[in-house]
Amino acid sequence: MRIIVNGSSRETAAGDLASVLTELGLAEAVVATALNGEFVPSGARGATRIGEGDRLEVLAPMQGG
Amino acid sequence: MRERFMTGPIAAGALSAASPLKLYDVELGSRLLLGTSRYPSPAILTEAIESSGAEVVTVSLRRESSGERAGQGFWSLIRELGVRVLPNTAGCHSVKEAVTTAHMAREVFGTSWVKLEVIGDDDTLQPDVFGLLEATRILAGEGFEVFPYTSEDLVVADRLLDAGCRLLMPWGAPIGSGRGLNNLFGLKALRARFPDVPLIIDAGLGVPSHAAQALELGFDAVLINTAVAEAAHPAQMAVAFARAVEAGFAARLAGPMEPRDMAEPSTPVIGKAFLG
Repeated sequence: MRIIVNGSSRETAAGDLASVLTELGLAEAVVATALNGEFVPSGARGATRIGEGDRLEVLAPMQGG
Repeated sequence: MRERFMTGPIAAGALSAASPLKLYDVELGSRLLLGTSRYPSPAILTEAIESSGAEVVTVSLRRESSGERAGQGFWSLIRELGVRVLPNTAGCHSVKEAVTTAHMAREVFGTSWVKLEVIGDDDTLQPDVFGLLEATRILAGEGFEVFPYTSEDLVVADRLLDAGCRLLMPWGAPIGSGRGLNNLFGLKALRARFPDVPLIIDAGLGVPSHAAQALELGFDAVLINTAVAEAAHPAQMAVAFARAVEAGFAARLAGPMEPRDMAEPSTPVIGKAFLG
């Protein structure tokens, strides 16, 4: 199944958002997630199903003004 | 009406402790807030933050790549500095984007503080004050402590305070422009209209004299990013801004004189010898 992660298309075998993060090697990272424009709290990632064409944003702390 | 102080002056260096800045019940010794963007390197950013004495730095959220993991490194650098973070919603153009970004920031940074930006114009990066107000209402209702990036408009300011803001961040000039306080009349009117609301000049200051001027006019603090980050020597410029902020604040406490249109001799005329 193909999903869009941070703007790039990607093949995934994961069924839920937590598993996608594990695939990305970001399971333990300090990140926040949004699926199709909606914030998904870290505690809800395991229960959040992923579907074909879903848009996932994985954001981390960054420099800001 | 100017206050007259019955006590002696507060020594330079002791001002912050004598008159702390209070932002949402948090007392701060420094009236200089620093942005963390655009520095030549993480080491220079660290040096600038330490040199500035700033206790609050702004941060943001951006896409994390699994390869570089740049965000993880940045976050550990900031945590080691022990400063308080103020997450922003920079680059958000809609209420939905800004509110979602605020939710994500609260989880990642563990703070209910948010520097709320809803950008209305790409050339001037001026705030969309209508979207800002709407997003403020939503976030304040959810317990966020909103630092709204706004204009000097009095009516907008009034509405933001009604919506739950307990401080305001009016711009000095467009973000990154370094132009200083563009609309002195408007900013003075804002200060006069809301004498008890903490007002932080956010955006557009270019040199330390701009920061000193802001504090002299009674603004409570300034947020500086580009002017420090893009200086030839950022840490040195951070020191300069810190001193300017202290000088401006000391001047405010001292009560500046009123400008006059005509000359007024400073040396007494009475007793002057007749030598003509």
